[in-house]
Amino acid sequence: MSPSPTVKPGGTAERTRDTAPGSPAVALTDVVKRYGRGPGAVTALDGVSLSVAHGSFTCLLGASGCGKSTLLSLVAGLDDITAGSIDEVDRPVAMMFQESALFPWLTVSGNVEIALRVKGVGRAERRRRAAELLETVRLNGFEHKRPHELSGGMRQRVALARALAQEASVLLMDEPFGALDAMTRDILHDELERIWRERNLTVLFVTHNVREAVRLGDQVVLLSSRPGRVLHVYDVDMERPRRIDSTPVAQLAAEITDALREEVARHGD
Amino acid sequence: MTAVDTETRETGSGASPPASHDEAASGRASKPRGKRRLGPGKAIPFGYLVGPLLLLGIWAWGSAQGWIDPRILSAPWTVAATGWDLWESGRLGPDLLVSARRFALGLTIGVLVGLVLAIASGLSRWGEAIVDGPVQIKRSIPNLALLPLLLLWFGIDERMKIITIVLGVLIPIYIHTHNGLRSIDGRYAELAETLRLSQGAFIGRVVLPGALPGFLLGMRFAVTSSWLSLVVVEQVNATSGIGYMMLLAGTYGQTDIIIVGLVLYALLGLGSDTIVRLIQRRALSWRRTLED
Repeated sequence: MSPSPTVKPGGTAERTRDTAPGSPAVALTDVVKRYGRGPGAVTALDGVSLSVAHGSFTCLLGASGCGKSTLLSLVAGLDDITAGSIDEVDRPVAMMFQESALFPWLTVSGNVEIALRVKGVGRAERRRRAAELLETVRLNGFEHKRPHELSGGMRQRVALARALAQEASVLLMDEPFGALDAMTRDILHDELERIWRERNLTVLFVTHNVREAVRLGDQVVLLSSRPGRVLHVYDVDMERPRRIDSTPVAQLAAEITDALREEVARHGD
Repeated sequence: MTAVDTETRETGSGASPPASHDEAASGRASKPRGKRRLGPGKAIPFGYLVGPLLLLGIWAWGSAQGWIDPRILSAPWTVAATGWDLWESGRLGPDLLVSARRFALGLTIGVLVGLVLAIASGLSRWGEAIVDGPVQIKRSIPNLALLPLLLLWFGIDERMKIITIVLGVLIPIYIHTHNGLRSIDGRYAELAETLRLSQGAFIGRVVLPGALPGFLLGMRFAVTSSWLSLVVVEQVNATSGIGYMMLLAGTYGQTDIIIVGLVLYALLGLGSDTIVRLIQRRALSWRRTLED
């Protein structure tokens, strides 16, 4: 954690994020998602277009009910889109949830190994790689614990290790740190940033926490509510690692919060 | 008496603080911090034996006092002596073995059939459409009512007895496993999907462990149901087994032998239930419930 809070928004980013310029890892074009039919149909997403560059960190931000989680499940292929298209250059994708992200009947190691088992990795090799990944998320020594013996932050570390075990280059995260206290979240931001850089991942990160979005994202996509549309895309050109309580982060967060407030007020909830 | 006692203690201790207050204070202090105030509290060692032992105590006490007529209910020691005699003379052993074999065979087949039906019906809509109705119909027909038909179809040999037990066992296994399976958190299925688990791995790693609490609850009913069915088939039409032994004793008015049979059923039933509960505790250690 090297504090560098003096860089203003719009300052030069040290990290060049386009390893291959003009090649998005995920591209959404006019994506529409409707639930149900006829007059009772609910439009969750209406014409969402979005380009996520390879190796970039994108945060999806919006009030509750704006369809940001829906968007993520569409990219993950858990649900079908009604219209439009989603192009994923980097397949497959790995996903990480806020809660119930671990199987409670499996040990920590077992939860990571299950992702390797799918690929047909042998038993001994699974053990070894799970231990290695748990070391990456700084959980070595906890291999044989059960999820209920761990704290919330540790559980999310395990979930992250498993997502990494899938060896997908695109990581989808649905409010992964939403249930954690500020302190734990802050530490996990650092860890996630480190792992993202080390492994050159493309991250699509859903959150309703504006500061978290600015702390982490290369771009912050602000979605409107009911139906979900892209309101604005903020490019966050700040030096990394950022601090969630630094002035530039706070300034941009305040700006985005104002826009978000305006949007929420328009819907009256 | 007690009221006087506390009064003298309270008035008698002028200088030192009252003893009763002192006790209360130390009691509070020795309470471990963070103890759960609601819920059943800490487990009592061998707590499951307390109720049955109490029952046995009342029985023994009543017999010793002469309140219970031995012609109606023999004393526990008479039953124990009779049981020993039966065992010594070699009359009990073979009957017990025959009953145990029927129990084990019926239970095993019933559990397997119930499990397969529950998985088929739990994981596929077509499976449910085909399987669920008939199982619910069977559920509302008691085995006793089916017995005449089963006798006609399968005769009085072992086959009929095993089938009757199987029919009694598969119902609770099916109901509880199916329910356990369907109440698995939907997010686990979603998670399995993002992990791209195959159907086989999904069943083995997610469905079966997730349905295990339901299955084991069904198992507890199934074990009891297996013994109950056994009693029925052995008393209706048999030439061996504990039930047959009791039936024979009934016609000669040998209360003690009947009680030996009942006690055996009770012990076997309690024993097998205890085994299932132990398995339950070990296998479900990943859950955090009021049980812990």
